[in-house]
Amino acid sequence: MSLINFTDTTLAHKLLENINTIAQKLNSVTIMEVCGTHTMEIGRLSLRSLLSKNIKLVSGPGCPVCVTPGEIIDAAGMLARKKKVTVLSFGDMLRVPGNRTSLEDIQSKGGLIEAITSPLQAVKIAIKNPDINFIFIAAGFETTAPVVARSVILAYEKKVKNLSFLVSLRIIPPALDALISDKDLQISGFMLPGHVSAVIGLNAYKNLISRGKPAAVTGFEPLDIINGVYSIISMLAADRVDVVNSYTRVVREEGNPSALKLINDVFEPVDSLWRGIGMIPQSGLALREKYSSLDAMIRYSISIEAEKMPDGCACGDVLRGKIDPDKCKLFGKTCNPISPRGPCMVSTEGSCAAYFRYGGR
Amino acid sequence: MCLAIPVRITSIDDSIAEVELNGLRTKVDITLVPEVKPGDYVIIHAGLAIQRYDEEEAIKTIMLLKELSNCIEE
Repeated sequence: MSLINFTDTTLAHKLLENINTIAQKLNSVTIMEVCGTHTMEIGRLSLRSLLSKNIKLVSGPGCPVCVTPGEIIDAAGMLARKKKVTVLSFGDMLRVPGNRTSLEDIQSKGGLIEAITSPLQAVKIAIKNPDINFIFIAAGFETTAPVVARSVILAYEKKVKNLSFLVSLRIIPPALDALISDKDLQISGFMLPGHVSAVIGLNAYKNLISRGKPAAVTGFEPLDIINGVYSIISMLAADRVDVVNSYTRVVREEGNPSALKLINDVFEPVDSLWRGIGMIPQSGLALREKYSSLDAMIRYSISIEAEKMPDGCACGDVLRGKIDPDKCKLFGKTCNPISPRGPCMVSTEGSCAAYFRYGGR
Repeated sequence: MCLAIPVRITSIDDSIAEVELNGLRTKVDITLVPEVKPGDYVIIHAGLAIQRYDEEEAIKTIMLLKELSNCIEE
């Protein structure tokens, strides 16, 4: 037995036709997604070219790699050059330029940096190699926070002394709040990230209702994304504001309570810097005091204060959906997927990389 | 980066499940989805199951989309 596909092209085209009919009742609307996987899938499907001209799809700060402060990358790079230290990271972090250089660059100069696919692996690696100090760069959103929390608890319980976590986790709802408060931005509705929502649930977004923004939690297959757009456009046409679930096979009202408890046991919310955007109150997670012995920030006296984008880079405006990527003067010229300058071009899920690849269709 | 995929559980040993995806087998941590049993699908991210995949809801969604495609709102 296999799972149902959400890829039926005939059905997709019928739904798109309906969306475009409903959209005739609307003035221009802007729908923002805040998930790198949505960014990529919308580009891959050329969805923009299939939707009525008055529906604009923009990408928000949905790529964790892109919003990780350059100082985190610089700090990891500095640590990787130390003796008997190895930095462990999700692979997509390696090419991102820090304020000074990228981890890939440091790796090529002999710094010890290894790409792994899970922090759970980091715990095993550290146990196997007691003479080396390992640092895991824990970047990600709520989807990733549970597996980091689980790894922290395992390391704590097994008394693993040679592993620490450089935590740069960010949470989505405060970022949405900050985007809505930005007077320069006119977002009509939000396409909400399906896998972040699998953890935090629909209830986490109730604030959007009081702020008058219809939103749909959306999955990742073609029909899921069309379903999300359909829900948002229907609400806008009916002047209805709600947060609806268009990904019911994975997302529940309450999210995953065990995952939320785990996150809350290990982390506390803190004001956090989003690269290119700035400080957003209570938008990040830091290790609680109980786990401070595993906190790389404390162990290696790292502080994250300032941020600096490469000269001329407009990632900040791109991340807020203020400008399309091709409006950045570096786009496609000195900044391209082969030699990226800004973080949004580095990650394959970055808005600029997706725009470069799919031409904004 | 929040990529997460549905996989089918083939067997469970305490908090670790063996899962199968297109013939590939691997082990995942199922601490956060204690209710699952062999044969169920779970959504995994970086080696940890973060949610149960509800096959009935998948069917309902497809039915709903088919209905939507056949009518247009006033």
